[in-house]
Amino acid sequence: MIAVYLVLLIPLVGILYFALSGHREDSGKINVRFNGITLLATIWLAINVLNQGTIISTDKVFLIDPFNVYLIVLTAFVGFTTSIFSSPYMAHEKAIGKLSDGRLKLYHSMFQGFMLAMYLVLTTNNMGIMWVAMEGATLATVLLVSLYRTPESIEAAWKYFILCGVGIAQALFGTILLYYAAVQIGDGENALLWSVLYENADQLNPEILNIAFVFLLIGYGTKIGLVPLHNWLPDAHSEGPTPMSAVLSGLLLNDALYAVVRSKMLVDRATDSNMAGYLMMGFGLLSFLVAAILLHRQKDIKRLFSYSSIEHMGLMTFAFGIGGPLATFAALLHMTVHSLTKSAIFVTVGYAAQLAGTQRIDQIRGLIKTQPKIGWGLLIGTISIAGFPPFGVFTSEFLMLLATMHSYPWLAPLLLLGIGIAFAGLFRHIQPMVYGDKPEGQNPIKANLWPVTIHLALVLWLGLAIPGFLAHWFSQATLFISGSTPL
Amino acid sequence: MMNIEQLDFYTQAILSMAALVGLTSFLMLGQGRLLRLIFVFALQGFLLTLTTVLAAYSLDSHHLYISAVLTLLLKVIFIPWMLRRQVLKMAMHRDIEALKNNTAVMMGGASLMVFSYYVLHPIVQSSSVVMLNALAVSLSVMLLGMLLMISHRQAIAHVVGFMSIENGLFFAAIVATNGMPMVVELGIAFDVLVAAVLFGIFFLHIRTSIDSLDVDLLNKLNEVDK
Amino acid sequence: MNWLIAVLQTTLFVILAPLLAGWVKCCKCRLQNRKAPSVFQPYRDLLKLTYKQPVVSEQASWLFIKAPYIIFSATVLAATVVPLIAVDLPTSATADVIVMVGFFAFARFFLALAGLDVGTAFGGMGSSREMTISSLAEPAMLMAIFTLTMAASTTNLSFAIAHVLNEGLVLRPSFVFALAALILVAIAETGRIPVDNPATHLELTMIHEAMILEYSGRHLALIEWASQLKLMLYGVLIANIFFPWGIAETLSLEAFGYGLLAIMGKLAVLAMFLAIAETLVAKMRLFRVQEYLSFAYLLGLLGMLSHIILEASR
Repeated sequence: MIAVYLVLLIPLVGILYFALSGHREDSGKINVRFNGITLLATIWLAINVLNQGTIISTDKVFLIDPFNVYLIVLTAFVGFTTSIFSSPYMAHEKAIGKLSDGRLKLYHSMFQGFMLAMYLVLTTNNMGIMWVAMEGATLATVLLVSLYRTPESIEAAWKYFILCGVGIAQALFGTILLYYAAVQIGDGENALLWSVLYENADQLNPEILNIAFVFLLIGYGTKIGLVPLHNWLPDAHSEGPTPMSAVLSGLLLNDALYAVVRSKMLVDRATDSNMAGYLMMGFGLLSFLVAAILLHRQKDIKRLFSYSSIEHMGLMTFAFGIGGPLATFAALLHMTVHSLTKSAIFVTVGYAAQLAGTQRIDQIRGLIKTQPKIGWGLLIGTISIAGFPPFGVFTSEFLMLLATMHSYPWLAPLLLLGIGIAFAGLFRHIQPMVYGDKPEGQNPIKANLWPVTIHLALVLWLGLAIPGFLAHWFSQATLFISGSTPL
Repeated sequence: MMNIEQLDFYTQAILSMAALVGLTSFLMLGQGRLLRLIFVFALQGFLLTLTTVLAAYSLDSHHLYISAVLTLLLKVIFIPWMLRRQVLKMAMHRDIEALKNNTAVMMGGASLMVFSYYVLHPIVQSSSVVMLNALAVSLSVMLLGMLLMISHRQAIAHVVGFMSIENGLFFAAIVATNGMPMVVELGIAFDVLVAAVLFGIFFLHIRTSIDSLDVDLLNKLNEVDK
Repeated sequence: MNWLIAVLQTTLFVILAPLLAGWVKCCKCRLQNRKAPSVFQPYRDLLKLTYKQPVVSEQASWLFIKAPYIIFSATVLAATVVPLIAVDLPTSATADVIVMVGFFAFARFFLALAGLDVGTAFGGMGSSREMTISSLAEPAMLMAIFTLTMAASTTNLSFAIAHVLNEGLVLRPSFVFALAALILVAIAETGRIPVDNPATHLELTMIHEAMILEYSGRHLALIEWASQLKLMLYGVLIANIFFPWGIAETLSLEAFGYGLLAIMGKLAVLAMFLAIAETLVAKMRLFRVQEYLSFAYLLGLLGMLSHIILEASR
């Protein structure tokens, strides 16, 4: 149990430390350290859970089960590697005069704030607190999106703030309805606890729960970036500093999806109809296809990959919607590999943009000739995210396709079509950026590609062979979510 | 179902409050002057406070008094004060925003209200008509808040819309469930406070970047590049 | 005996009306830091006007001379319909809201005709404005009153008030809206700020004063009295429908005494609110009056809707 408190306490100390101490030259490195310690704490927590099974704190405030503990570790891991990337990246931004000391102080403080909100979303047992933390994540990142204070970034941040704020309000309404259904069967103070709700789910009123789920899906779906609620996402990703894009894409979207899945588990227990599943499938598929098509029309490299994020989140939502052990397993795997790959890609994209001095795709050219490391990183990352074997994304997408063919065969062609369109969309942009002649006046920069290498290696590993303990872990989570094991 | 005379006084009062809160939402929707908009918003917050006090008194639950005080401080005093200061500072208090298609917006608002009733109608089977009314009104306050944001162009009006969405939620929480658990309520209040402060910072940023608070001018980013 | 009380009640109405007007003016003066005239000043004014010889234009027809009497008597008839201190009087059989609105319309019709009769620019202008406003105000008023009558299932004022009384304290959302609508309509119909300014003859935006610009002497006194009566009528309507407590239900002297005290108290408070509102609010441009009245209509409509949605049984 101490591990949980540690996981939450370290980022909290981080916020206060950065907020009070002011910016120093080595703030970036300290940020890495904070995230590193948190990562260790989460691993400790994970080991505890693997040994003991689900942990509920005595006051029932925190709930750690196989499903969220793996997301906690993933969050900590991506946060850690991103902070490694962020340290030299932000130093460079400061060196070229885009940022001042005060903004960096804000950045580091809010980085920790965002991590805290993420851990809180994952660890809490209370659906209300989950909402509060989710909103907290928006609040923490909104000033980071507008960190550069350009008109575009302010516009993006405003959109992000308003759209996510309004969207997440729907989720609160859903939560209130959930609470309303729960107080009808008694126990006011504990009625919003997920574990309590889950135990008594079959007594909850199905009609109210159905309505509640629609609101929860719309609300958290805004955060996931489901079409048609996705407008903020490309803007926020493209205008904020790149490390922020990496964590937003790799973590925030996952956590929002996590919240939806938690709600779905409740609703599925309470109702006989598969309404929640169908809704998720519909929204997921729509997001997937629309984002795949929109990939073709992008001119900004970060926007390109944020649409790719929408596409993959759509895919995961779809898979969770299908339900079944196989689809759930695939979705969990996809969550992991997507987070790893996408944050790796954003890291390389950040370097590429720094190198070219712009984010415009048509001005980023010949990366392999200018700085081979970045070029290869981007290429391999894209290959991975597009779903080529032997990377992990291939495995998870293949499993999803399998599950779809099994349950809804007539949807499989759509899925294949979408994957094809997305593939074409990515590569028509990536190819000229990576290959081609070296443009004038672009020189190699100092880049730390270790995070990218580690992430992509992990994804490759997951594609070739899922290690035993991880497979065990995934099947536990799958068992927990869908009720039976996949393998 | 009973007639209204047979309901207890608390329920009657809650219904009246629901009606009034709904009315304030409509008033905001048709309001082109920012100061009046803010005033009506504060009024809505005040009605909310009254509702909370009423609920707290009749249910004898002390934690609702705390949330009443929180609402009073945040929604009736702090946020309207902050917005008002911004308006005066920007010398926008004499501007009247020409609302496009005001009639259409009003009709839209009315249909949103009907829609809320439609959406929540299944609830009536498991609980009372009163609950349906309260929840439907709060849902329509939320939807009207969104409509307000769509139909107005000033950033301040957007903030008012945003906050009135919160008001709708809060009303639902008070009436349907007699408030959320205390931790959650405190958390929500904290979020609202931070959001309000952030909005203040944003006004400053938007003003320095586009020299106006007209969000129609924030139009550089598009879905696909033109 | 009962008829006697009914007549007495109407007489009270007529006699007290100038007092109410004086009280409003007094409150307003205090609020605006001016020295207030006596509360009885309107009586003195009326008395002075009746002593004076009326001056009538050569172009005026018989209508011009008859109109003040018609207007005054129509308003007095309207006053017989509204329960002032007691509900269960013989006049209550005819105490229908629609009848009251009809009397008002009748009086207004003659007032407008009289305004047009002399053929001055101001008179015609005032008449046309009066008719515009009333055509907008009447639907709003009826809507508000229908809300009330739906709750009481009668259009009879006396029965409706008795119904509200018997029900005890019931907080109806629809009444809140109807009350707001009725107040707005009352302000428009009695020509108070922000729709019209009763204190001046010299504004191009005047409405009521424009119509009666040509009147003098006892004719003017009657019209002024009628309009004071109308103000009181609306006040009593609002006070007795929405806050009927205190009104006499039994026919005893004691009950009447309480009834009289109660209504005077209620009217005094209402008048104070009116004075405060008139001090705070500036007069509206004429073209915005329609917005104002459509808002009143909207409120009335909302009252009706909330009656159907929130209160009706299913």
